[in-house]
Amino acid sequence: MKTMRRDFLKVSGAAALAAALPGCATTGSGSAGRVVVVGGGYGGATAAKYLRMWSNGSVDVTLVEPNPQFVSCPISNLVLGGSKTIADVTVSYDNLVRRHGVKLVKDTAVGVDPDKRTVTLASGQVLGFDRLILSPGIDFMYEQLKVLESADAQARVLHSWKAGPQTVALRRQLEAMPDGGVYAITIPVAPYRCPPGPYERACQVAWYFKQKKPKSKVLILDGNPDVTSKAGLFKKAWAEEYKGIVEYRPNHVLTDVDVRTLTAKFETADDVKADVLNVLPPQRAGTIARAAGVITANNRWCEVDFLTFESTKVKNVHVLGDAIQIAPAMPKSGHMANQHAKVCAAAVLELLAGRAASPTPVLTNTCYSFITDKDVVHVASVHQYDAEKKTMVAVQGAGGLSPAMNALEGTYAFAWAQNIWADALA
Amino acid sequence: MPRCARPLLIAARGFAAALCGAIAAPAAAQSPPAELGRNLAATCANCHGTGGVSVGGTVSLAGSPKADLVARMQDFKAGRRTGTIMPQLAKGYTDPQIEALAAWFAAQKAPQ
Repeated sequence: MKTMRRDFLKVSGAAALAAALPGCATTGSGSAGRVVVVGGGYGGATAAKYLRMWSNGSVDVTLVEPNPQFVSCPISNLVLGGSKTIADVTVSYDNLVRRHGVKLVKDTAVGVDPDKRTVTLASGQVLGFDRLILSPGIDFMYEQLKVLESADAQARVLHSWKAGPQTVALRRQLEAMPDGGVYAITIPVAPYRCPPGPYERACQVAWYFKQKKPKSKVLILDGNPDVTSKAGLFKKAWAEEYKGIVEYRPNHVLTDVDVRTLTAKFETADDVKADVLNVLPPQRAGTIARAAGVITANNRWCEVDFLTFESTKVKNVHVLGDAIQIAPAMPKSGHMANQHAKVCAAAVLELLAGRAASPTPVLTNTCYSFITDKDVVHVASVHQYDAEKKTMVAVQGAGGLSPAMNALEGTYAFAWAQNIWADALA
Repeated sequence: MPRCARPLLIAARGFAAALCGAIAAPAAAQSPPAELGRNLAATCANCHGTGGVSVGGTVSLAGSPKADLVARMQDFKAGRRTGTIMPQLAKGYTDPQIEALAAWFAAQKAPQ
């Protein structure tokens, strides 16, 4: 192992690493490899932390993230409902740097050269790597909704599907809407980020209306033929908790938007005019995935080897989170991205040391949706690697749903948030 | 051979036999034993905290006796113990996996 470390010294600037890690006694003098992580969401932040933690600080990790703080999509629908603020779902990156020695670069990755093993940032800075981990999240396919390509249109017809300023802006639109108005949300054809998220959002807006604007309506205009997640539980909530407020309409594939009049137009259904129009555009892997050449499925998602999360196409480049081509029954969720990150971090450390990755990765998913400000429903699953099929397979008989919305799971949902934010960032 | 580090630590705590016994069965030859337990335990960290040290609202698993953790998981798995998520998740782990992750948590320092 000592010889191996010495070999790595040639490629990876030991002096810089030593300087960056004054408090880390176990590192020795050299780096056991350089990893660049692009994207500081649930996947990337977790990967950066676990690579440092599991290598006892011996692997040099640089995290590239343009946003100054982590803002969680999970729980952010409660900001729209008004029971939480954006500050409640915002977490600093400081502990990754101070406690774990992650080098944080506030920038955007714009190019990848897999042969030279370099990432180019918007500032022009070039970072070298032994292994690159892309956790780029999603970007929107505005080529299918050209009317929303302009910044002006996007400021009026919000997606709020990346938590942050758009979340706050949508809350303002809801606050400004007079009682008796209509909030409409359009949902793209699956797959998209966070399958139950749009339905939870409808519940949260309905909760707000029920408290403050009881004559108002929530219209769910779903591109899918039915509710894509927790269908029975959500439909029960709309029929009982939000009777007379929420209306669900399936088979509404959005084709165009009149931004001025806030009118949504569909393939086969009548136009819908709203007072607040919230459009979730079709989605694909974040743009850097395209630059890296790792988008392989339907020109949208990135296929990976689930033992390592390495791209099936580009060597030494791994992809995590919502950007991957999922195996059946594997949702695009923050919890899943965190789990991808740990399998990937373990595999990368083995690969950097010249060993094979574990052949038996396990992923779990736990997803809570808030019906009210306190009452929650969950869906859970466990996924084991199937060596024959070379993919992750959901374990039959495991996982499941809440029997009904309940406040106990509301407390667990907040505990989940605090623990996963700490697991990724503290 | 830095892989010794964790087994030595575990041995010092008197868990070596338990860990070896747990790992021998399912672990593929390529996977170093300490990492298998560690990796499986990491699937719990989202809710139970990094290394099984919860920041609140869920139980910490770090430092719990292995037999207790195995019994709790097996009770969830068999439907003898009620819960919300855990009866559903426990059914997704094999018995050797439960042994391995319990051994790993048992070898960690309990939170203060």
